[in-house]
Amino acid sequence: MFGSLGFDVLFKGTNMARLLGGLGIALKISLISVAISIAAGIVIGILISLKNPVMDGVFKVYLEIVRIMPQMVLLFIVYFGAAKAMGLNLSPELSSIIVFSFWGIAEMSDLVRGAVTSIPAIQYESSAALGFNRWQTYAYVIIPQTARRIIPMSINLITRMIKTTSLVMMIGIVEVLKVGQQIIEANRKSSPNAAFGIFATVFVLYFLACYPISCLSKYLEKKWEN
Amino acid sequence: MSNKDTILTVEHLYKAFDGTSVLEDINLEVQKGEVIVLVGPSGCGKSTFLRCLNALEETDEGRVLLDGEVINPAEGKSLSHVRERIGMVFQSYDLFPHKTILDNIMLAPLKVQKRDKEGVKAEAIELLERVGLFSHKDKYPRQLSGGQKQRVAIVRALIMHPEVLLLDEITAALDPEMVREVLDVVLSLAKEGRTMVMVTHEMAFARAVADRIIFIDGGKVVEEAAPDEFFDAPRTERAARFLKTFSF
Repeated sequence: MFGSLGFDVLFKGTNMARLLGGLGIALKISLISVAISIAAGIVIGILISLKNPVMDGVFKVYLEIVRIMPQMVLLFIVYFGAAKAMGLNLSPELSSIIVFSFWGIAEMSDLVRGAVTSIPAIQYESSAALGFNRWQTYAYVIIPQTARRIIPMSINLITRMIKTTSLVMMIGIVEVLKVGQQIIEANRKSSPNAAFGIFATVFVLYFLACYPISCLSKYLEKKWEN
Repeated sequence: MSNKDTILTVEHLYKAFDGTSVLEDINLEVQKGEVIVLVGPSGCGKSTFLRCLNALEETDEGRVLLDGEVINPAEGKSLSHVRERIGMVFQSYDLFPHKTILDNIMLAPLKVQKRDKEGVKAEAIELLERVGLFSHKDKYPRQLSGGQKQRVAIVRALIMHPEVLLLDEITAALDPEMVREVLDVVLSLAKEGRTMVMVTHEMAFARAVADRIIFIDGGKVVEEAAPDEFFDAPRTERAARFLKTFSF
């Protein structure tokens, strides 16, 4: 019964280790991209919250592009397009980090902008009335409140990035889903049902990677709701 | 010339927003221990006036002096240093939502005045006991009622040892049954000789607490009088009309 569902393939050779390695690549791409997105997103988000019309306009166009364009198209543009048009020879991993960061920075900036502008003016004024200077107001009052609004949402972005890494196999990266496909191909004769067992395992791996992150996000959101 | 007990002086204060005049030639001297209540119709400029006193709004013309030192317009020196000497409580709840009640109170004395933590904590607890909120010290602002939050806001201002306390319609956003608990605290502060300048729409309270009433209308001081005189026999027709809107 177990064998007929194709789970036996997992235990042949180094198959399980290869799947985990694939998951590692997916996690690596998404975590690096998230780190870049958070750092750049905070800076850009605060800049946009200053309401400069030019910056506002540029950012709106950028955000729309990211929202409209499928990530896969962006991946193709950067990986195949840039190589041909600009002679840039980007590795598939670097290309995907660029695309994921391009997407993540847009989302993070928008989150940060929303969080900063949602802090009521009275918070700035009552800080000033207590004698806080501008730096202290940001350090003790504005940034802690902003962070509490941003962190749960940015964690959510991490899980969406991890899920979306399944696209990077289209530019030749052997991540977990691609490893799965390779294992199924290689065992087509000996285990014709391998597809179920392997893809079910891939599903479980994604779940194990994302579920704790999503729980953490829910926990923080609940803890900080004020 | 101001006498030696003058703590706050306002000289020929003018303020306009987008070309519309809000305050015109306001003059005021506040003595140490005096309680001044500003009354007047909505939009008459009383809140703006209060905000000029701790330089949350910059004056267009004229000046504000605290104990002889010009604080508005700010002359290059640190505004924050002046503001810690003037406490302010606002109409809308202005506690820091991410900090507990105790931390809300302790933040400014620790970070702005760099005072010793143990001493600040002891004083915070004493003040909280005084306003009947000691048992709430570890709660967050969202867990408190409006009246409780305003009492904490008063404590948060008091712990800075301000020379003057400004209260900007601090009961206006409260449910009626919570107004009393906040005003009782203010009354007790008046009795112990605190210098306060406040805006309120609670006329009975104004009469009870004030040493002097200042009636502002259209950005100008229309009448200035002792409370009994103002409420029983207003000198100006405008003040009489204003007071009538509170009687039934």
